[in-house]
Amino acid sequence: MSIWKYANPAQFMRTTDGLLPWLVGAAAICCTAGVVWGFLTPDDFRQGSTVKIVFLHVPAAMMAINIWVMMLIASLIWIIRRHHVSALAAKAAAPIGAVMTLIALATGAIWGQPMWGTWWEWDPRLTSFLILFLFYVGYIALWSAVEDPDSAADLTGVLCLVGSVFALLSRYAVLFWNQGLHQGASLSVQSGERMSHVYRYPLYLAMLGFFLLFLALLLIRTRTEIRRRRLAALQAREMRA
Amino acid sequence: MIALLLRDLRLATRAGGGFGLGVAFFLILSALVPFGVGPDRATLAPVAPGILWVGALLACLLSLDRLFALDHEDGSLDLLATAPLPLEGTVAIKALAHWITTGLPLVLAAPLFGVLLQLPGQAMPWLVVSLAVGTPALSMLGAFGAALTVGLRRGGLLLSLLVLPLYIPTLIFGAEITRRGAEGQATATPLLFLAGITLGVLALIPWAAAAALRVNLR
Repeated sequence: MSIWKYANPAQFMRTTDGLLPWLVGAAAICCTAGVVWGFLTPDDFRQGSTVKIVFLHVPAAMMAINIWVMMLIASLIWIIRRHHVSALAAKAAAPIGAVMTLIALATGAIWGQPMWGTWWEWDPRLTSFLILFLFYVGYIALWSAVEDPDSAADLTGVLCLVGSVFALLSRYAVLFWNQGLHQGASLSVQSGERMSHVYRYPLYLAMLGFFLLFLALLLIRTRTEIRRRRLAALQAREMRA
Repeated sequence: MIALLLRDLRLATRAGGGFGLGVAFFLILSALVPFGVGPDRATLAPVAPGILWVGALLACLLSLDRLFALDHEDGSLDLLATAPLPLEGTVAIKALAHWITTGLPLVLAAPLFGVLLQLPGQAMPWLVVSLAVGTPALSMLGAFGAALTVGLRRGGLLLSLLVLPLYIPTLIFGAEITRRGAEGQATATPLLFLAGITLGVLALIPWAAAAALRVNLR
């Protein structure tokens, strides 16, 4: 059994059809449980109740970056092996990633107002998220501008490759440009624990929930795209007949 | 390759406004900024490096949509693609022609606009150096954006949306060099970063742009 089996759209549709209800259910449970559990945690002794927004902010920010990486991998698979499902998955992922970026920016602003005393600060992390959002918007705009689906997949694939390099470059260039206000990572593999267990476990659950939510949305959107392609093919055949 | 370069340069000059347009746009921008923020030396001098660099970005963007579009319309781009010269080379030459017609005049005229915006005298050489090092990267990235949008009917707005985020690192380091120059600090670090970006872009982007062109010519 190979993963390339799922590159066949029919096989993909069959597998995801059975998988999707479970995924949606698990995503709903994990998201709800994580956020509600997070909301029931005690207030932080310095940040008060505002700390609870972290259960939306961190998972959304994490997904915003990871979705771009997923799009990069999917684009590479499309460019190298020409599997249509992969290109459609990259297309389907982009709006989800853009929304995740917006959620991260919005929740950050809501948290930053009482904590930092400002809605927006030209801090490296905030700025690089804004740049990431611009890349998402450009990617989506290019998809919708090109009519021929295969050309659109090729062009956006190339844009995704170049954009990844420049998003990364901007991330570190911005660091050079302005020192930040944003705190360092609270969860880190190397530096050990910097966060109380009380907050850590609900946060893990919310992260898992957001990941499952992305997966479920991605599958739904990819299935829609596949159906749209089938419809277009049927219409084209009808026109010729 | 030289023939192609000369042809592009000749087309740019004879079509009118090839050399002058970018500089004129730059002049208008430098004239508009004092109206917006006020004519004081104390207000203008700190923002001058940033304004000049953003102006260079926008001036570069202005002429990008014509980079491949005209050749695409009259079919000569298909001929260039089937010519013995690799498409990567064609892209690089066209970006070079774009740089000579818009980037180079900007570099040469930049001190004049620096004076208009009250940029301190000691920053002038750094402004020229940073523009000279950075603008080739702008032209090459612009060629990539133009290659992506060449087949589209209304690619202009999309082109700016695609290209401007790619300009961010160049802008950061370029403006930083000029700012440090104005304050009399060491400029070697951002200058090396900027040169690194430009060289990397010149080495790698032609392949991406040529790949995009091939898709659009299919």
